[in-house]
Amino acid sequence: MKRSALVTAAALLILALAPLALPFLQFVLTIAIAKGFAALGVALLLRAGLISLGHAMFYAIGAYAAAFMATTLGITDFALLIIGSTAISAFFGVLFGLFLVRYRAIFFAMLNLAVSMVIYALASKLYGITGGTDGLRVAVPTVFGMTLEKSSFDGLLYYTAIVLVALLGYLVHRYLKSPLGHALSAVHSNEVRLEYLGVSAWSTLLTAYGISAALAGVGGAIAALSIGHVLPEFAFWTESGHLVLTAVLGGIAGIAGPFLGSVFLEIVHTVAVGYAAEAWNMIVGIALLVVIFFLPRGLFGLFERLVGRKSTDGEPTL
Amino acid sequence: MLQTLIPLAVDALANAALIFFVAVGLTLVFSVLRILNVAHGSFYSIGAYVAASVGLWIVGAGLPDWLTFPALFLSAAVVAAILGPLLEKTLVSWTYGKSEAVQVLVTFALFLILEDLQRIVFGVQSVYQDTPMAMLGISEIGGIVYLNYQLLLIGFAAALLIALRIFITRSRTGRLLAAVVADREVSEALGIDTKRMFMIAFTLGVFLAALGGALATPTTGVSPGLGADTMVLAFAVAAIGGLGQVEGAAIASVIVAAAKVLAIYFAPSLDAVAPYLVMLAVLLVKPYGLFGSGSTRKI
Repeated sequence: MKRSALVTAAALLILALAPLALPFLQFVLTIAIAKGFAALGVALLLRAGLISLGHAMFYAIGAYAAAFMATTLGITDFALLIIGSTAISAFFGVLFGLFLVRYRAIFFAMLNLAVSMVIYALASKLYGITGGTDGLRVAVPTVFGMTLEKSSFDGLLYYTAIVLVALLGYLVHRYLKSPLGHALSAVHSNEVRLEYLGVSAWSTLLTAYGISAALAGVGGAIAALSIGHVLPEFAFWTESGHLVLTAVLGGIAGIAGPFLGSVFLEIVHTVAVGYAAEAWNMIVGIALLVVIFFLPRGLFGLFERLVGRKSTDGEPTL
Repeated sequence: MLQTLIPLAVDALANAALIFFVAVGLTLVFSVLRILNVAHGSFYSIGAYVAASVGLWIVGAGLPDWLTFPALFLSAAVVAAILGPLLEKTLVSWTYGKSEAVQVLVTFALFLILEDLQRIVFGVQSVYQDTPMAMLGISEIGGIVYLNYQLLLIGFAAALLIALRIFITRSRTGRLLAAVVADREVSEALGIDTKRMFMIAFTLGVFLAALGGALATPTTGVSPGLGADTMVLAFAVAAIGGLGQVEGAAIASVIVAAAKVLAIYFAPSLDAVAPYLVMLAVLLVKPYGLFGSGSTRKI
């Protein structure tokens, strides 16, 4: 326990210092953290054996919520924007979850896909509200009443994102260690037995679904504020596929996995764009196959093996 | 009234025909292999690219124009003969018996790889080859003008539906497939070569998707992103009809195409939403599709 906390602190420190050495990494890593949050949400559901092929919708809802609040409602404070977007995502998560968590296996995946495609199509077609395929612009928000330059705001946003990783990561960690979190893995291993123990699989999953939507919403809000622009493509089904991919690539056993996967992918992407932009998807696809075939616990599992920690029994795998 | 309704109906049916080719392949693969193949849409776009390229070559080489018709079918057959067994034997067969998450991810990885391969092989410009449609021309019945190619598409789809039904109920291979769908273990115990059946079903699925793509090129052309768009549409149709239901897929394609055409006519801004709204509405009431059920699988 001590050791893993130490490693986590070191990793966060490296993350915090990286832009000082390579300034261009700041934007790349901000997006990586944003997508990492969404991938963490997907990973929570994967623990319960549920694969969501539509989770990018909550990332998009978080992003659009931030844009709406900033432009229509005139909320300019960045903290309020992030908290508000997260709350809105969580609300939609619970709302959609009410009927989505009744389904399992491929039907869960397909229904999530269906809902996300409705969101995508609405975002790209309701020109008057969502700006259609042009998307919406997000102005640089204020910080507790202060107006900042875009570049200094980006710096602030980056460090806020790192603090959020630590804070929300810890909360999710506590959640997974709680009875509610253990029930989540139990849905995967034996749902019937769980129900015989008097635990409702439905409410266990609804909680998890709400939390996972909130996490995706945080990510979406961070991405919206960092990019300054939101697009319907945020909700397209291939984005959802990428989120699942990120979670599995990083490993779904721990909190760090999805972030590890996301940082790895974003950095490889940045490098690959220069050399093999045409083949980027192919590289990711092959990497995913390699992980599925040879590293069932993802990059995180590989990392653990390297530092010599033995994998514990009963940790979730696919 | 009829003057507007009939062209709308023909348009919807021609659309439905193209969607049906892809969706029925998806549903067939699902019912036999029990895998939701996320890369299925890529076979559609690969079929489209190959058919368009072959068509352009035929016209460019000065060969007779009518050759473009058999070329459509031949392209789809070649794509299926190469990709079907190759992918089934290597990637897909590895996922049998694994969890849905693994199956979806492996096919998603395959989708990503195939998408980039298409960009590398066929470039990023859209390809358009409409000789087959131009050759057939138009016909005028009762003051209404029809594209003959659209009528032909509707005929093909109807023929395919009947052919599939006869194949499954009458032919030896089809009956063996139905047996594998009904009970895999008992079929194996009775000596059916299930591995061969999986390969046949997967290859047939690839062929149907590629054929859909090939037949679509004369009307719409092909450009990057087509695979991803087709994939979700095929999902929607297969889900509405009920995964594993051949007739369900046919009826669902008509419903989805009708919704799309009506949306284009009455509420143009909603045309892209229409298929998914229908899907959502159907799945809210019948989560396993109009003709599907959660447990039993049929073809």
